[in-house]
Parts: sequence; C-alpha cells; structure tokens
Amino acid sequence: MNPFAYQRVEAPDAALQAIAIHNAKFLGGGTNLVDLMKDGVESPSTLIDINHIGLNKVLVNANGATIGALVRNSDLANDPAIVAHYPLLSHALLSGASPQLRNMATTGGNLMQRTRCFYFMDTAFPACNKRVPGSGCAAIQGFNRIHAILGQTDEGATSAHTCIATNPSDMNVALAALDAKVEIQSAKGKRTLPLADFHRLPGTTPEVDTNLHPDELIVAVTLPPAKFAKNSWYLKVRDRQSYAFALVSVAAGLEMDGDTIRSAGLALGGVAHKPWRSPEAEHALAGKPATRETFQRAAELAVAGAKPYEHNAFKVELAKQSIVRALTQASKGAQA
Amino acid sequence: MIRNNQARPTPEGQLEHRYDGIAKVTGKAKYAAEFTEPFPKKDLVYAYIVHSTIPSGSIASIDQKEAERAFGVIAILTPFNVPKLTSAKPHNLSILQDTDVHYNGQPIAVVLASSLPFARQAARMLTIKYNQQPAKLNFMGRLDEARPPKQGGREQPGTQRGDLAASMAKATVTVDETYITPLQNHNPMEPHATIAWWEGEELNVYDGTQYISGVKMSLARILNLPLENVHVQCPYTGGGFGSKGTAWSHVTLAAMAAKVVQKPVKLVLERNQMFGPVGTRPTTVNKIKIGADASGKIVGIQHDAIMNTSVMDDFVEHSAGTSRMLYNSEANATTEKMVEMNLGMGTYMRAPGEATGTAVLEIAMDELAHKLKMDPVQLRLVNYAETDPSRNRPFSSKHLRECYTQAAENFGWSKRNAEPGQKTEGNKQIGYGMATATYPANRSAASAIVRILPNGRVFAGSGTQDIGTGMYTIMAQTAAAALGLDPTLVDVKLGDSALPKAPVSGGSQSTASVLPAVDAAARQAKLKLFQLAMQDTHSPLYNAKDTDIETKDGHIFLKSNPSTGESFTALLTRNGAAPIEAEGSAEPGPDKNSMTTQSFGAVFAEVAVDKDTHMVQVRRVVGTYDIGTLMNNKTGLNQLMGGIVWGVGFALHEEAVIDPVYGRTVNGNFADYHVPVNADIGDIDVSVLNIPDTKFNPLGSRGIGEIGITGAAAAVANAIYNATGKRVRNYPMTPDKIMQA
Repeated sequence: MNPFAYQRVEAPDAALQAIAIHNAKFLGGGTNLVDLMKDGVESPSTLIDINHIGLNKVLVNANGATIGALVRNSDLANDPAIVAHYPLLSHALLSGASPQLRNMATTGGNLMQRTRCFYFMDTAFPACNKRVPGSGCAAIQGFNRIHAILGQTDEGATSAHTCIATNPSDMNVALAALDAKVEIQSAKGKRTLPLADFHRLPGTTPEVDTNLHPDELIVAVTLPPAKFAKNSWYLKVRDRQSYAFALVSVAAGLEMDGDTIRSAGLALGGVAHKPWRSPEAEHALAGKPATRETFQRAAELAVAGAKPYEHNAFKVELAKQSIVRALTQASKGAQA
Repeated sequence: MIRNNQARPTPEGQLEHRYDGIAKVTGKAKYAAEFTEPFPKKDLVYAYIVHSTIPSGSIASIDQKEAERAFGVIAILTPFNVPKLTSAKPHNLSILQDTDVHYNGQPIAVVLASSLPFARQAARMLTIKYNQQPAKLNFMGRLDEARPPKQGGREQPGTQRGDLAASMAKATVTVDETYITPLQNHNPMEPHATIAWWEGEELNVYDGTQYISGVKMSLARILNLPLENVHVQCPYTGGGFGSKGTAWSHVTLAAMAAKVVQKPVKLVLERNQMFGPVGTRPTTVNKIKIGADASGKIVGIQHDAIMNTSVMDDFVEHSAGTSRMLYNSEANATTEKMVEMNLGMGTYMRAPGEATGTAVLEIAMDELAHKLKMDPVQLRLVNYAETDPSRNRPFSSKHLRECYTQAAENFGWSKRNAEPGQKTEGNKQIGYGMATATYPANRSAASAIVRILPNGRVFAGSGTQDIGTGMYTIMAQTAAAALGLDPTLVDVKLGDSALPKAPVSGGSQSTASVLPAVDAAARQAKLKLFQLAMQDTHSPLYNAKDTDIETKDGHIFLKSNPSTGESFTALLTRNGAAPIEAEGSAEPGPDKNSMTTQSFGAVFAEVAVDKDTHMVQVRRVVGTYDIGTLMNNKTGLNQLMGGIVWGVGFALHEEAVIDPVYGRTVNGNFADYHVPVNADIGDIDVSVLNIPDTKFNPLGSRGIGEIGITGAAAAVANAIYNATGKRVRNYPMTPDKIMQA
C-alpha cells in the first residue's frame, strides 16, 4: 500500500474542506477502496474519514424516502419502512456481498463501488484504460465472461477508449428501477442527479465511473413515493448461492391495476458499465396485461442492441429469461 | 455402520473431541507464520516475493535503486545479486539462480523489510525489464501437440488389456464422448508460510507443510547442508490438499534470505501468490468410449486423456487411472498425454487422478445406463470387479456392494424417476444422481516414540503432521489403546523433524502408516514396563511372566488376579522416577504387492435446478464408504464430509482461468475463484461400513483424506442431467453451461 495521510472529520462541511487536498478520497466503509489500495489499484494521498459526519438516517414518508449517504447496507436492508415500502431495494442489498461486508458498506460507498473486471483489479495486467488511461483493454481479447454486453466502448484492444467493464453493485440496480436521485454537495452548493445520470457509460473516458466531481460529497439518496411495494422482484443469477457478483441481475417493479400493468421500473445488473435501466421496456409494459408475451417483449427490448464477446454471449439469453422470470414473479406479488 | 447424522455415544477408546480442538478454537494453536521465538521478535524480517508479470522469456534487468531507498527496506534479492548455489538447481523451483521466466506469477525477486507493508510497497518500486518470448498458452487450441509424459527422460506408454477393437465390435450400446475438468488450485485456509533462521551452519524453519521430513531433505539438498543441520517444525498445518506436500520455491527463498540478512525471515504467500508457484491440478480433456452388450456388461473401455503440463517439468494427473480398475471390462486401453504450457507446476491435489477420473468416467457410466435404460446402480453391479482388473490380483478387502445398497437406502434412490426432466417443484427441476467413489489405500514406513511418564501420563511422538485431519487425536487413541489407558492421559507431539521419521501426509496414508508405528512403540514401552516390574523385588509382579501381565487404566497387574498389581506411577516412582521410553516402526508387509488395497464408496446427490436462472442447489448428498476401521467418528466423518463439499465445488464452481494473452490466472482470489459457501451446501449424510481391513495393516484402517471428493462431482453432474435432461460434460457446471447445453 502506498503511504497515505488519514484525516477524520466530524461534519459534512469539514469533509468538503478536506477533500480539496490533492488526490484525497472519502473513506466510508472502506470495503472496496481499502482493498484496491492494498493491491495498488488506488493510491489516494489522503483518506478523509467521513464515518462520523452523520448522514446516517433513513426517512420514509408519503413524499418518498431519504437515505443518508452513510447508512450502512445492513441497516438500510433491514429498515422496517424500507422493507415495507421498497422491498426491491432491501432484497437487492441482501443479495450482495456478505453480512460482514454489508455491516460496513455505506449507501454512498456502494454508489461509488468500482468494477470487478479482472484486468482492472490486478495491476500485473498492463492494459486497462480504467486503471491506467490510454493503456488499452486486456478484457477484449482476454477472459470476458463477466463483462458488458450493453453500452460498452469497443474500439479494439489497443484503443484508449475501449472499456467493457460492468458496474458490480446490486443496490444500484434496484435504485435505477426505483427512479432514485442522488443528492450531492460541494463547497459551491448542492445539486441533484437522477440515478440514471449518476453512473456513466465509458464513452471516451473509461477511467471516469460517475458524474460526481472529485470535490463533491454524496449526502443522500432519495426515492419517490413507493409505487412497487406490492409487486416487485430482485433476481440475481450468479455462480454460487451467495458471495458472488451477478452474471445478470434484474430489478423489476410493477404498478398493477388488476391484471394490467399501470407502470413499470426495470433495470439490469451485470450487463453494462452502469445499472442498465430500459425505458423502452418500461414503456412497452405500461398499460399492457401482465402476460408472458408482454414480459417477453419487454425482455427483447431491454437487451436490444446487445453486443456480446467470446465468453459472455450467454448473457443475452440469460438476461431475457431472467427478465421474464422477475417480471412474472413481480406480477404475482412482493418478494418474501 | 457409523453415520454422521445419528446421535450416538463416543465409542470406547475414541476421543470425543479433537485433541487439538480447544487449542484451535482459542487461538492457542500456533501456525508456522505465528511464531515469534526462539529468536528475538524484534529481529524478525519480513519477506515479500515479487512475481513475474510475463509468461515466457527472461529478465533483462531489475532496477532496485528506488526500492532500496524506501523506508524499512533491508535487502532485495534478485537473480542478479543472489548468492549462487553450488548444488544443482531443481528445475521445477524458482530460486533466483537464473533469469529465465517460465510462467506469469513466477517468483523473480524477494524484498526484505522491517514490516510486511514496507516490503510490499518497495516491491512495487522495482523496475523490471523483460526479454519476452512467445508463450505456450491456449491449451484447448493446442491439443494436437500432446505427447506422452516423460519420467526420467523416458516417455511413458499407455496401458492395454485384451483386444479392444474386437471387444468393442461386440457392443450393442456405446458411449463415446469427451469430458473436461478444469485447472484448479488447492487454496488451503492457511497460506503457505515459512520462518527461517540460522544458528551458525544450522538452519531452522517453521513451515506450513504436509511433510516436515521432505522440507528437511529439500533444504539440505538444495543448500548443500548436512541433513542433520536442518530442523523443521510444523505443529499445525491449516490444510494443504497436496499443495504443501512439496517444498516450493518460497521455502528455499526464506532460508536463503535469512542467510543474507543474518536474521530470522518470515515469508508468507498472499492468496493471489498461491495461483501458480505452489502447484495446480491440471486441466484434463478425457475422450471416453465405453461399449456394453444388451445386458449392460461392459465389453470395452477406452480412455484417452490429454492434460496440461508445465514447461518446467511433467506432472501427470492420472485421470485415466480409474477407468482401468473401477469396473470389469473384457478389454481396456488408456493413454495420458501432455500439452506443455507456460504455467506453474502441476501437483497432487486431493485425490489426484481419482477426483478427475471419477468425475469423468462416472458421467460416462450414467450416459451408458441411460442408453441401456438400466438403473445406474444396477449397471455398476453388473460390472462389479471382484478382483482388481487392472492388475489381475485380489483386493485386500472390498465391500462396495454394501456401499451401493446402504447409500441407496439412506438416500431413497428408489424414488428416482429414471426419465429426466420429469420432477418439478415450482420453478425448480429436481434430479437424483449417483456415482462410485474410490481411492487407493496407501501405506509407507513410519516410526514413533512412546514414553510412559512417572506422573501417570504418556507421551507419544512422531515426525508426522496434522493437516487438520485428526492425527493428534488418533495418535493419542492408539497409544492409549496399546497401554490400556484413557486417551485423555496421552500427550502427543508431531510436526518436529527431531522426532522419529514419518511419511508425507498425502496419499491418504498417514493413518495406516503412523498408527501401526505408534502401536508398535507403545507395545515396546509396555514390554519394558513389564520387565521393570518383573525385576523389581518391591513390585507385586516381581518374577511374574510377561505373558501373565496386563495393563488397564494406568495399572499393571496379573491377568489371573487383577488385585495383584500396582499403578504405573507407583512402579516408576519407586524406580528412580525415570520415564520408560521405546521407539517403534512399522512398514507394509512383504505381501504388499500380492493384493490391491483400495477404498470404495457410493455417493448419491439430489439437486434442484432453477428453470430460468439455471442455478443449481445441491439439496442432499448421501455417501457410504468402505474404508476399513474408522479410527475416530468426529475427525473421520468430518473428512468425508469435507471431501463431499469439495466434490460439490468441483461440480459447480471451481476453475482457475488463465488469460489467453498474458498467461496469468485472472481469478486468483477468493472473490472470483469460487468454492462452495455455506449456502451452497445442503444436507450431507456420510456413513462408513467400518469393516476392518487387517490384511492391509494390523489396525484394519485405511486412510480417508481423499476418497470423499471422488464420485461426488459426478453424482451432482448426473443429478443435473436427471433434473433437466441436459448433459453437461465440462466442469464446472455453471448456469451458462446448463442453459446452453
């Protein structure tokens, strides 16, 4: 690990002051950042420990939910109001990592979680545009089973733009389907980003994961009033029953009117550089009967334009089957 | 029969709990990396190995100027500055004697610093330049380069029995398919670790190992030291599974570094560093053809295996071995060939040969049963080998038939629907599968020492290892049984090369090798105790005959009149309070080659496969094993269960993936190299027949460290087929493969 300075702050204002230090980073639960530091992937000059600045409350009322950036994943998943009104979020959180990691990981930190691309995680691989901008992409010609099929940049293995990494978070997928917003603060003031605009596609700058600026602090995630409490499902397909990242995951929420879908929220995990929300699929579901045909059509739309690689071609079909399954389950009720 | 799911009292003579259980759960059990004595703790120097990042070529230069200036750095060893050894360098080790790079992840330098973080940090400051050479990668694309394995420079031929072509011509049903098992890494919980320090020309090491004598011999040979100058200790080994049966590069590097810095050096491998430099189970591609007549009788088996090997040296994973002996067949032919790769060495990994061999052969047998419309158990009974068909000689003891019957009964096999894909529960498809388990019963020469102490306790020692298997426990039991003592009165020492020599804790041989030696030593000590009493005028047994004397509960007495006698303590105290000590050794008998000593078992699995996600849940595994006498219920059944858990991981999860361009393991960590987690494991019911095999050794016990993994993977694979009707022939059976089958 590189030598680094450690600074503990007691309030958001102090945190925003401290982050002005060159190459400083905020430290939440540390479940991702500290690992990356140990392996030489991240080397911040200073860690600003924000675990004691508050921002750790969950508030749910008729206007929706406000989740403090430092609410632990375990606390959020088990919050009675979240379980009652946003079971999709609770289930997504509980399908991620392990209890020990969820006890430490924070809401803001989870939003900032970096990819698990093998070639990003291991500094012994020379080519990774996300880790070393301009170095190329080893995944294109390598083992790309866990990689993106949607929204990636592929200009060849040697291009500085190429990146086929995925966002590994489960929480983010549910937040996308729930139409969440991220509240952000900096020394200059506050702003709000819809979750869909918080994470980025790699574009021509794959080293940049999100639209959060380096001097900004996530203070909260907000959710609109619950629409999908009665009909939602988080489905995670993975290589083992626990403690594995998703091959494909689906967050499905339905607002039902009898057997008809009034509105839908649908997002995929494990397929793109960001949680892959599909407005086309959501639109195709709205106003339609909750039938297998409707779900299949939504599934086709959700993965339209997918471009798979040597080892992840299965994701296209697996995603479709998983979408149909998650929507079917959601149409029958809430996940227990 | 003994079963793990039955509440039962501890049998007479067995320890109820693991001898070392309390030390382990309280953290008092010290593993190799944890020692901070006898040297001053502040003297300890931390070593960090630097690994190559190219698969093939040579090191052109290492610029270490910046790293040398880093805080805490004491020394940096590279091929350019390391002391040259005068002995011949073993060609499968990387100990900085040349600049060659044979694989990505090979040790190429060692950084020594006053703390581990300092050493790691300085390692990143090295600028290493390579001359790259084209690497041999892409195993599946190079199968046509396969060649026979070389041993001592000679190519090893395949095996042949009968006239395969003529016999196959008689087949009415044939299975002819290719089955693949992937590259796997051992991943014991305790990483490989060595602490080395010198006292003059004497070398001391703590090493996490399965073979202290092997480490001692290796170090003496490579460093050109008299054998008696090397001392190895390993009181506990946190698993090894074969990867700690050999002294890999890091052991020698720690000793070399300690010599350079003149201080004790601690070298612990990180998890990621265990993917390559400490052995792997090779990938195997198995073309299997089985022909049978209409009654299910096998007329021919042909098994041609191709596996990867390292450019450094050959290691053969005998995946075709099982196909030679598990079933009768009129004719039989096998080959095993190698494709060279720029990878670290292959090595023994839990049930080397049998784990892969049963994983592939037993799917082929399931396919044959399905084609014959025959129950898979019945097919195995029709082809039951009463004698060893591969060597045409009897088994010392074989009760596999009872294993099939009892495991099938315990499992409820009769409820199986032979037609696949018929049983569903909601979104799950339910399937049953079974397979045969087998592993040889090995035995080597071993020695032990036993002391009867004046305080009424007994000491038993042997230079063996407890790799988590229960050796402490069963050594205590064996000494106690021979002396007629409660086993809690026995103190055991092992894992010290000063103790009488014992073999590697590998090949499931320690129970059968070491316990007869402990038994012999205890009997010798007992005889000496008799003689002491018989010659002691103050003893009630003065002048008695040794054949008339017996011991029980710490007392020595006349068989005919147990009240005539005294306690061990009284006898020894009166005679100068010196302990009675005896050494004993044991080795396989002269009739060893007249029979095949082999364990068997039957394993059944139930799976639920999700019809949309294709994820597999292994609900139940039931195994019954014929392993001779079970020495201890807790440690024994635990090993069988552990083996089954690994078999489930073999079936569903485990695979080390090598990058096709860089030759590096891409998933060399526990997040990405998947092994089963608790949620993956359902009910496991193991039982043993407990029929002694006294032709094998006097205790009738066969080792059980490895048989548990055998058969288990195929039982799961066959259950997946029964559930879904999809035949996957390529391990691990991940959701994508099942979906695409």
